[in-house]
Amino acid sequence: MTNTTNAEALDISMDTQLDDQLNTVPKLLARNAIQYANAPAYREKEYGIWQSWTWSQTAKEVNALALGFLDLGIKKGDHIAIVGRNRPYFYWAMVAAQSVGAVPVPLYKDAVAEEMAYVLDHCNASYVVAEDQEQVDKVIDVIDDLKDMKGIIFLDPRGMRKYDKSSLFDFKEVQQNGRDKSSKLQKTLDAIIKSQNGDNTCAMLYTSGTTGRPKGVVLSNRNIVETAKATCEFDTLSVNDSVLAYLPMAWVGDFIFSIGQAYTSGFCVACPESGETMQHDLREVGPTYFFAPPRYFESMLTSVQIRMEDAGKFKRWLFKVFMAHAKEVGPKILDGKPVGLYANLKYLLGELLITGPLKNTLGLSRVRVGYTAGEAIGPELFEFYRSLGINIKQLYGQTEASVFITQQNDGEVSADTVGKPSPGVELKIDEKGQVFYRSVGSFVEYYKDKKSTAETKDKEGWVATGDAGFIEKTSGQLRIIDRAKDVGKLKDGSMFAPKFVENKHKFYANILESVVFGDGKDKCVAFLNIDLTAVGNWAERNNIAYASYQELAGHPKVYEMIQKNIEEVNESVAQDDMLSSCQIHRFLILHKQLDADDDELTRTQKVRRNIIAEKYSDLLKALYDGSSEIFTQTEVTYEDGRKGSISATLEIRDAVVHSKKQVAA
Amino acid sequence: MNAVNSHITPDGRTIGAPIMEMKNITLRFGGVVAIKDISFDIKEGEIRAIIGPNGAGKSSMLNVINGFYHPQEGEVHFRGKKRKSLKPHQIAKQGIARTFQNIALFKGMSTLDNIMTGRLTHMKAGLLSQTLWWGNAQREEVENREVVEKVIDFLEIQTIRKTPVGRLPYGLQKRVELGRALAAEPKLLLLDEPMAGMNVEEKEDMSRFILDVNDEFGTTIALIEHDMGVVMDIADRVVVMDYGKKIGDGTPQEVRSNQNVIDAYLGVAHD
Repeated sequence: MTNTTNAEALDISMDTQLDDQLNTVPKLLARNAIQYANAPAYREKEYGIWQSWTWSQTAKEVNALALGFLDLGIKKGDHIAIVGRNRPYFYWAMVAAQSVGAVPVPLYKDAVAEEMAYVLDHCNASYVVAEDQEQVDKVIDVIDDLKDMKGIIFLDPRGMRKYDKSSLFDFKEVQQNGRDKSSKLQKTLDAIIKSQNGDNTCAMLYTSGTTGRPKGVVLSNRNIVETAKATCEFDTLSVNDSVLAYLPMAWVGDFIFSIGQAYTSGFCVACPESGETMQHDLREVGPTYFFAPPRYFESMLTSVQIRMEDAGKFKRWLFKVFMAHAKEVGPKILDGKPVGLYANLKYLLGELLITGPLKNTLGLSRVRVGYTAGEAIGPELFEFYRSLGINIKQLYGQTEASVFITQQNDGEVSADTVGKPSPGVELKIDEKGQVFYRSVGSFVEYYKDKKSTAETKDKEGWVATGDAGFIEKTSGQLRIIDRAKDVGKLKDGSMFAPKFVENKHKFYANILESVVFGDGKDKCVAFLNIDLTAVGNWAERNNIAYASYQELAGHPKVYEMIQKNIEEVNESVAQDDMLSSCQIHRFLILHKQLDADDDELTRTQKVRRNIIAEKYSDLLKALYDGSSEIFTQTEVTYEDGRKGSISATLEIRDAVVHSKKQVAA
Repeated sequence: MNAVNSHITPDGRTIGAPIMEMKNITLRFGGVVAIKDISFDIKEGEIRAIIGPNGAGKSSMLNVINGFYHPQEGEVHFRGKKRKSLKPHQIAKQGIARTFQNIALFKGMSTLDNIMTGRLTHMKAGLLSQTLWWGNAQREEVENREVVEKVIDFLEIQTIRKTPVGRLPYGLQKRVELGRALAAEPKLLLLDEPMAGMNVEEKEDMSRFILDVNDEFGTTIALIEHDMGVVMDIADRVVVMDYGKKIGDGTPQEVRSNQNVIDAYLGVAHD
């Protein structure tokens, strides 16, 4: 009932749903509640069963929550922080906040209390919608310093029965309260929703920031809705599609997929049972639209390889034969190019016996459109998935652009480029090589930070990406080299682009993370992290005993293996015209994994180069002064925020470098 | 709950009248005296710990509580009434569930099935109905599965729902065993060294679960534990045993400053 009255009040009916009227997310919800009333909007696995909500049920849930928000006194311009794993309730909370004119601010759920405090304070959040005791505790820890904070709304009451409830509210009670007061407040709510337009803020998302404090990126409804419309059209996403929401809610990508595109096209957003069951739930849901960072695809491939090594001889043989064939013809078939009848039949047989079941196990059988972004993806990795017939494409984007800057068209896919400008995006590259864009999705401003806004976005609307790149002549696609500020020069004046080398390192399954240094120096050196899954499996196979990550990382045989990888990369780097001097002369394997809790990575797992250089300055010095080992002590932060320290003596190795001639000879 | 006898802890839980009273228990195996004239009680809603050095008779005490051993002397009172000598399954029906020191799960069965066995005392369907999978049996299975799923959710073990228990690491097996005990919806939960062999992180998790069980469901808990730190943190009252005798009883603070207890743990010559 509520939906119809809602829609009537908003003048939205089947024949007047013109695009320019549907300019905010709450209005899109009202439309979906009628147009896709019985189509699933959300699914979540709980108590072992997939629960679902249709669009009309979703509209009711959001409406009740929005009324509850009004009753709590949440008003236009308030900021509502949201922290928890991907669950329908939190998506509702975001739309409910928008409905009453407040700004939803999703946060990273694994942020430690002080990180959270900074953001809560910076956006003057008046309420936090938190998942459980763990999150509530973090907020309570810092609540005394937050003068605008009025209360915490929690979803799971477990463990909090004894808490002082004066400023704690149960999510379901807030909704019930809203339902009870609907006769009084519904008109007000409808009026607010009706008065909103594309200029109203849709959400504020904090960028992870590889340097300095996170910045609050303000995105308007126009940014989100227009971008979503254009990109849904680009990939023909419709109400029949589905997606698994498993990436952090605080990340712009999840916001665009699970709110922007989902509300625009009406597709279903499924939420996993818990973070750890994601792989299993993916298989059960079988989404048609899928997004994952390269890291995810890599770990999935590693697990396939490890399990194949454990399989019987016959199965291994089948896998070898059909994967080799799939590698040869799979990508061509995917792009619709002719390969001949015999090759086609063999591919089909392979699909029946090997690749089909494999895709099913990975949960990717139904994927129609898949994207990877955030980091460069290894060509072999990319080819592996494409040869299975999974349409993975590359995307280049950032928070400030509401994600989309460039993306690859079906049939124009390659591993080392990131595609042509997305619909409605203009691109230019300045004389220093930095990429700029102008689009409908370009952010409004950095919250309370005019200076940064002016530095990033000029008067004509061009936004600096901070990345260096160029347009590839043959394909017309953009190719990213590195962060513009990280590109430097070696002492002899040759170009230094650390990421170019690091990515090549990371394409090896054994290497999880690599940090290359060399700006202003005479040669390049590297810190490395091993991948515990891959190296651990290798150690098991070769009867190498180890008790800890640290011990395995320092094992001489591991060093030998990694050295071989580094030297192979050196050989390939030597081939590059511009970057041949970026070969690694000396390296060491770090005794701990780089971690976001220690500030070494951003929450989206990007390396914070300067912080690492500063923190491990003793190691860096040793890499350059020729010593063969170094003793070091490092402070670590545990998940609950406590600090400890670990110490180790690290070996430093020299790697063979190549001159271009040598390789050719 | 008896209003006169109940009191509220500083952290807001209600602790009621004794649910279980042990009166002058003596247990002998042939000539060996495992438990010698011990009396103590367990109050409704509390977390009661039994501690003591190796061989002090703690596990024997737990076995007396759950009716597996029958003491030669003394009386066990459950809910104010003297308890007759009962079989373990009859005790289970009274609302007492336990976990074991050396995990006693069905290794080849999944987590889900293992926890489902904890519902056994709640199943009433007859053999015919069970065999034909019809009527009562079917309805019961659904109801019981719901309880089991809530336990799985509570203990955060969704990932291993379908994994055979034998393949799980030790810490998780312990958690599954707790799950099976919880599935029985016990009034009194007996835990035999729930933290044995765990690392610090696993111990923290397990402590959290024990406190949450007590807090959320109001379950009375009696536990044996070696880790003094854990006991002092989570128990309301502690019984200390040494060589089959009770040498201390009281709050963690009281027990900590008891000279007999200090001697037992640091070791003095026994006469």
